[in-house]
Amino acid sequence: MLRFYIKGLFRDRSRSLMPILVVAIGVTLVVLMQCWVTGVLGDMIVFNAKFATGHVKVMSKAYNDNIDQQPNDLALLGTEQILQNLSADYPGMEWVERINFGGLVDAPDENGETRAQGPGGGMAVDLLSPGSKEAERLNLEKSLVRGRMVQTPEEILLSDEFATKLEIEPGDPVTLITTTMYGAMSITNFIVCGTVKFGATALDRGGMVADINSVRMALDMQDATGEILGYLPEWEYDELQADAVAGSFNEKYSNEDEFSPVMLTLREQGTMTMYLDMVDYFKSIIIGIFMVAMAIVLWNSGLLGGLRRYGEMGLRIAIGEEKRHIYRSLIIESIFIGFAGSIVGTAFGLFFASLLTKGIDIGGMMQGSNMMMQGVMKARITPDAYYIGFIPGIFATALGTALAGIGIFKRKTAQLFKELQA
Amino acid sequence: MKNGSIITIESLIKSFPIGGGEFTALNGISLNFEKGEFSGIVGPSGSGKTTLLNILGSLDSPTKGQTIVLGTASDQMSPRVAAMLRKKHIGFIFQTYNLMPVYTVFENVEFPLLLLKTPAAERKKAVLEALEWVGLTDKIKSKPPQLSGGESQRVAIARAMVKKPDLVLADEPTANLDAENSHHILQTMEKLNKELQTTFVFATHDEKVIGYLRRIIRLEDGKVVSDENIKK
Repeated sequence: MLRFYIKGLFRDRSRSLMPILVVAIGVTLVVLMQCWVTGVLGDMIVFNAKFATGHVKVMSKAYNDNIDQQPNDLALLGTEQILQNLSADYPGMEWVERINFGGLVDAPDENGETRAQGPGGGMAVDLLSPGSKEAERLNLEKSLVRGRMVQTPEEILLSDEFATKLEIEPGDPVTLITTTMYGAMSITNFIVCGTVKFGATALDRGGMVADINSVRMALDMQDATGEILGYLPEWEYDELQADAVAGSFNEKYSNEDEFSPVMLTLREQGTMTMYLDMVDYFKSIIIGIFMVAMAIVLWNSGLLGGLRRYGEMGLRIAIGEEKRHIYRSLIIESIFIGFAGSIVGTAFGLFFASLLTKGIDIGGMMQGSNMMMQGVMKARITPDAYYIGFIPGIFATALGTALAGIGIFKRKTAQLFKELQA
Repeated sequence: MKNGSIITIESLIKSFPIGGGEFTALNGISLNFEKGEFSGIVGPSGSGKTTLLNILGSLDSPTKGQTIVLGTASDQMSPRVAAMLRKKHIGFIFQTYNLMPVYTVFENVEFPLLLLKTPAAERKKAVLEALEWVGLTDKIKSKPPQLSGGESQRVAIARAMVKKPDLVLADEPTANLDAENSHHILQTMEKLNKELQTTFVFATHDEKVIGYLRRIIRLEDGKVVSDENIKK
């Protein structure tokens, strides 16, 4: 019987080809949007994790309360011991120190007089320890525009935009004028070894990257750091794992003291809650809208098909096929159509998504933005993309048919002779 | 129910609500149909022919009175029982053939057997036999749009006959056919009636059909005005 229905389905293109195309178009959009949303928002999360939040972050409670000011005077003390504890308690995770600092960057002329000045924000990371993965994590080597990487403690990288604005070339000296963690004035000379473009407008406007030990000296932060970032194994953010780590750390080491350490997960920091919720929200919205829209489209096409097949349905009822049997056969047909359309749609969606994995450069639109996001937006194909389209593809088709097919039960058998004479 | 009868109707009344009132389509009809009859319900439009055919075919139920179709009384006739009765024992022939256009002649005739879950080999044999009865074995792979009106109606007859039903109900089966095709169709049905002892009941006002009937029941305004057996 099933073969009989499928044969009819294949032969009647208005029952098969058209609905399959409708489903395929919808599924293509879902897969493409899923890859796009996952790519763009996922990149934002990864980008933020690498540059700012880690998968978990340890700070002093006071520092966390005033984090917008990057308050190095409230930095975490005794970091050597904290790092030892972290490594012992959470083996497999990677822990790195970061110091965010700000100051005036002064570019002198050949006489040592100020030639150009500009406010900048910097990030001190471990660039010189053997085995450090910070340069790789921040993608510094690939971000180099001019010059080379930091090789000595006296060297500093400037964002290319910032260096161009101050007319600084690799090899030029610069002076960082800032304050120590105790509030004293600090003046430190650096040599610009290279310029970088991070791809995030917020960082590229006035960014600096220097080795953490040099900055620690400059800011008088011995055995202290602004933040300790923790990365889960494989560098993949796993919310449950991060929650477990943060929970156990806080229970063990955090107390009422405002300088006691506190660990926050990526989700708990800044606007990351919103980002993560947005990822889930957008995915649900896309699939939800698709399902409702497709169900309505297929409901209508089911109604039209039903009208066209009115005679056939009537005949089947007259011959003795039970209404629920006819209804079930229509649902089976629709599942078949949904499945076929989902396969085609998923293939096309993945194809278009693969074209977008190279990314679209929106750097020009990000001028003036403070958002910590990359200027190139890319789609990302995740394992979900291979099956996510099947859920709305099959469900919406079946739902549309189920709604359209209700008419079968309303059909009066007493009218069949008259109807079938028409 | 009389011995050998397959349909018994006693004091049948069928009425429909119209506006605020009621329209009585069949009014106090009592009839009995024997196995192997070749009979027709004859009358002008609106006389109640199709309504009666609906009741005989378990597509409708009486408002009052009693019918017993193939041993099943109307008061025991749930929609499921009625569907089962039609599926197993009753064949239908319509004025407009109602073939499924995407299926071949073979598949159209095969459909009732698929509903009955007849095994494939048995199905094939029965379909070929039915197509042989109507002389269409050379058209098994054709699709309905490729057939003439006469051929289409012969396929419809094969579809109605393939399960060897006890009763075939035909509503104006020749209305869309020319004289030659009408006679061909009627001869085919007459032959099947004789060979298989299938009961045929027609609803018609076509004189060509009436000429073949062995029993003519005339209806007027929902009442039987004459019931006549014709000797052939």
